[in-house]
Order: sequence, then structure tokens, then C-alpha cells
Amino acid sequence: MPRARDVPGPGEGVAVSFGDQLAQYVVSGLTTGAVYALVALGFCLIYNATRVVNFAQGDFLSLGGLMAYSFLGGAGLPMVLAFPLAVASVALVGALLERLAIRPARSRQVMVLIFITIAASILMRGVFKHLWGKQALALPPLSPETPMHLLGATFTPQNLWVLGITLVAIVALVWFFNRTLTGKAMRATAINLSAAALMGIDAHRMTMYSFALAGALGALAGVLITPITSLSYEVGVIMGLKGFAAAVLGGYGSFLGAVVGGLALGLIESLAAGLISSVYKDAVAFVVLLLVLFLRPGGLLGVKSGDRV
Amino acid sequence: MTTQGKRFFLALAALAAVLAALPLVVTNPYYLNVLNVVALNVLVVTGLNLLIGFAGQISLGHAAFFGLGAYISGILTGTHGWEPWTALVLAAAVVALVALVIGMPTLRLEGNYLVMATLGFNLIVSVLMLQLDDITGGPSGYTGIPPLTFFGAPIATDLSFYWLAWGAVLLGLLLARNLVHSRVGRGLKALHEAPLAAAASGVPIESYKVKVFVVSAVYASVAGSLYAHYYGIITPKTFDIFKSVELVTMCIVGGMGSLWGGLFGAALLTPLPQLLAVVEEYKDIFFGGILLLLLIFLPQGLVGWLEGKRVRPGGRAF
Repeated sequence: MPRARDVPGPGEGVAVSFGDQLAQYVVSGLTTGAVYALVALGFCLIYNATRVVNFAQGDFLSLGGLMAYSFLGGAGLPMVLAFPLAVASVALVGALLERLAIRPARSRQVMVLIFITIAASILMRGVFKHLWGKQALALPPLSPETPMHLLGATFTPQNLWVLGITLVAIVALVWFFNRTLTGKAMRATAINLSAAALMGIDAHRMTMYSFALAGALGALAGVLITPITSLSYEVGVIMGLKGFAAAVLGGYGSFLGAVVGGLALGLIESLAAGLISSVYKDAVAFVVLLLVLFLRPGGLLGVKSGDRV
Repeated sequence: MTTQGKRFFLALAALAAVLAALPLVVTNPYYLNVLNVVALNVLVVTGLNLLIGFAGQISLGHAAFFGLGAYISGILTGTHGWEPWTALVLAAAVVALVALVIGMPTLRLEGNYLVMATLGFNLIVSVLMLQLDDITGGPSGYTGIPPLTFFGAPIATDLSFYWLAWGAVLLGLLLARNLVHSRVGRGLKALHEAPLAAAASGVPIESYKVKVFVVSAVYASVAGSLYAHYYGIITPKTFDIFKSVELVTMCIVGGMGSLWGGLFGAALLTPLPQLLAVVEEYKDIFFGGILLLLLIFLPQGLVGWLEGKRVRPGGRAF
């Protein structure tokens, strides 16, 4: 991601002003933040449906990128087909995870179910490594890279695509959960599974939909972020961790919290990397996670104060 | 002493007898080395099992505690000329403190925050081991760690380390068993069975959980120190997240929360990648696959299954 010092100034040796630098950090922070928000929303969906922290959420992201890479380069499909297909195929993988691993599990203990998602995550990464190899792959941006300038910050069309598509995805989710029958049924199931089942809702199916939707959101994040960063079979670990930190920062389980937490984490990370040091950039999310748990376990929005045992 | 207590000590004595006899049969240094690695894994897994079984929490960062023990011991003795045993104790103390800092915020909350916090911690520790190369030696590792000594005699051979490592395992099992049967252990058991009742009876749940987490980290740290002095060279790759996953797999294969299960799981899974090249090649698929199948169909683990333990379908899952 271009940082201020990479941007060519008006002349050699002319320093970029501090204000311009700051604007640049904000642009890049919001862009990655939007992607974290998508990952955090995926965590949220599955947590609300099952109380399970889904460890494979980050791997949904890398699979999304990898599938897009193969549809585009391998199958030679145009972007408008390749990207939606990648998102749909990861949604299918999410549904399969629920159907083949979570639903048939003999134990219903949350800890065992979390372990199952950890195992699925390891298995998925192993498969990715053998199918796509260890090397870093790249995806082209959604439209040609002509940098634009606004208020001292330089940004590319991809920055706008990421923010725009994330916004559309969030609006679509809100519409889905508030206006459609399936969405309402999923919410009812998340609130009280037995009551929902008594009302004739197929609760297992709703849980499966949650996994599919979480897969789709993860894949979307992967397709959007890959042109900015790079892609490999193992990026899911760190992206999953950051998405989780974002969800906790916003207030675990809250949709609005996931969005706010994602953007906030992206900003904090970008500012810390720019103003302090970029070597330990990946450590920022972890420090934020511990600080939030320590100081304000309910998250920024404090929707529900962290239950003490 | 209760029958159960008697059974434990009988089993421990039987294990000690087998271990004492084993070097008579196994003289090949390669196999002795495998046994030594098994011992160190058993030590870490025993600690991890205390956490999983009694605090109901998962750690994906035990390789980091293992690694911290190894690096602190290695650097203190190698660079600063400390006496190895003193370094081992100091390393354990530092790791205990680190575990306290991670455990305090995460364990007082209901839910599974610890697992992500420890995963993140493991990532950071790996980055530090790689980045601080003037202290840690970077990716190529840290070399020149002296062996431990026993009354002045260096523990340098595979056989002498065998006695040390398995001695540590027996001691570790004994301590873990005592912890399980202590006030803390009973409190945690009550917590596991009926959290509200336990809290209402005045069990200080938060501090007990943190204590168990710290103890389990210390087990890993001691194993790490032993590892460093045994090999004399340590590399960051040995302590990455995959190692943490391997350790957790050992717990689950043997049986979560069962002390003997940990022993069984470590003994079964440690030599596999070394004996079967196929397993080494497809290591992550293999471990992930085993883990997935066991968790779905046999969540009580192999030892739990042999003991006829049934799956508790309970819990608060949907």
C-alpha cells in the first residue's frame, strides 16, 4: 500500500507536509479497515448463530482471493464473472463446513465446536498450500490504477472500490436481515434457537445460511484486499486475527460494532505504522485486542458489557 | 488413600518401570532422540491439558511459551554465561509473568478470548525471534547453548538426557495430579460441572483459571529450556503456530483433560512425521484431518474412549 513517503513529491528533496501524510494514512487505514470490517462481520454472523468463534473465517478470505485468481488467470473468465463466482464458491465452502463438520459433531460443547473450526482451518490451509503453492500471488485491481489526489492524499480507484463495495455489502446485509423472511428467521434463530424451531423455522438451515454468508463476506474481503496487499495460502491466519480484534474492539457480536471496530482498527494500524514503525505493524492488532479486553471488554459501542464469569 | 489415588500411583510406578527398562532395549541414539522429543512434548501437553481440561480454555500459544523458555535459557547461558539451572528458573519466572499479563484480561471474561489472544501472542513471538537477530540470531537460529549439568557433569548424551527428560515428565505428571486434587483443582472441576453453583459457593473462578494458565505456561517454558540445552541450537521455526497446533492435537487425540491422554497423544503423534515421509509431506492436511474426524466423532479422545467415557452432549451450544 502506498504510504506518504512513497508518493513522489512536487520536486526532489521537498518534504511531504505532515498534514498530507496524515491524510494518506487515513485513506489507507480506512481501506484496510473496511476489509477488517467484512471479516469481523463474518465472525459476528457465526458467533450470533452458534456462539462459536469461527477460526476458519480468515481462511475464507484467502480462499476467496485464491479462487478469484484461478477463475481469472486459470479459467480466463472476465472479472465480472470471476469475482462473484469466487464469492459464491466460498459461500458454498462455508455451508459445507456447517453441514459436514459442525452439524454432525457428537458433542455440542462450544469448546469442541471451536476446536472443529480450528481443525478445519488447518486442513484448509494444508489444501490451499498443495493446490496453489507457497508463493505469493496477485490479483489485478478492479479498474486501472490512475492515482487521484484529494486533500493532500493520493488514492487509487481500488481504495474507492473497497470502500464502496463494503458499504454496499453492509447496506445489503441490513436490508436482508430486516426486510426478508429468511433474514428475519436467521435473526430469530440467533436470538433463541428453540423458540425459533417451535415457530416452524428450520433452525439448522438458518445456521447453515449464517456460515454461507460468513464465507461470502470473507471471500469478498479477499477479492477486495488482494490487489492492495499480496495473497498466499496462509494470509488467513493474520487476517482472521485482525478481523477478530476488530470485532472485539467494536463489541463482539454486534454488527455495527464490527463495522466501527474494523474501520477503527484499520486507522490505528495505519497511523501506528506510519508514525511509529511499520516493522511491528502486525503486532498492533494484538495489542489493541489485549487492551480492549483489559479496559473495556464490551468494546467501543459497549452493546453488552463483557459477561464476567 | 482412595482407590483412584492408588490407581494413579500404580500407573505412575508402572510407567517409571517401563521407562527404566526402555534404554536396555533401545540403544540406537536415533530412537533415544525420538523418545527424548516425546518426553518434552508430553511435558508441554500435560500443562496444556490442565488448561483445557480444567479451565475449559484453549491456548494456541503454547509453542510461544515453549520457545520463550528455550530462547531465554539459551541467551542467558550462551551470551551472558549464566549457570543453566538458574537460567531455567528465571525463564520460567518470566514466562509465568507473561502468561499472567495475557491471562488476566482474557480469562476473566466468559467466552473464548484466550484462544485468539494466545494465537496473536504466538505470531508476535515468532516475529520477534526473527526480527531481533542481533539477540536471537534471526531465522538461522541461536547456537552455542551449553548443556545442563548434574553435580558438575554435563548432561550431553542422548541417554543422560533421557533420564532427565523422563524424570521431569514423571515429576510433571505427579504435580499435575496433585494440582487436580488440590483446592484449586476441585474448584475448577466444580466450575466445569456447574459454573453458577461453583461461583455461588465462593470459588474464585477468575483467579483459579489464571493460575492454571500460568502453571501450564510454566510447564511449556521448562520443557523449552530443557530442549535448548539438549540441542544446543534453537530456530524460530520450531516454535511457530504450527507447533502450537500440534500440541493441541496431541491433547485432543489422547483425550482433553486426561493426564494419561496427553502422554498417549504425544507418544503417538510425535514420531509419526519422522517415521512416515508421507505424513511429513502432507503434515497440515494430516493433522487437520485427524483432528477434524476425532472432534466430530470421538471428542472424548482415544483414552477417554478406552475408559468408556461417553460424550457429554451438554454445554450451551445451540
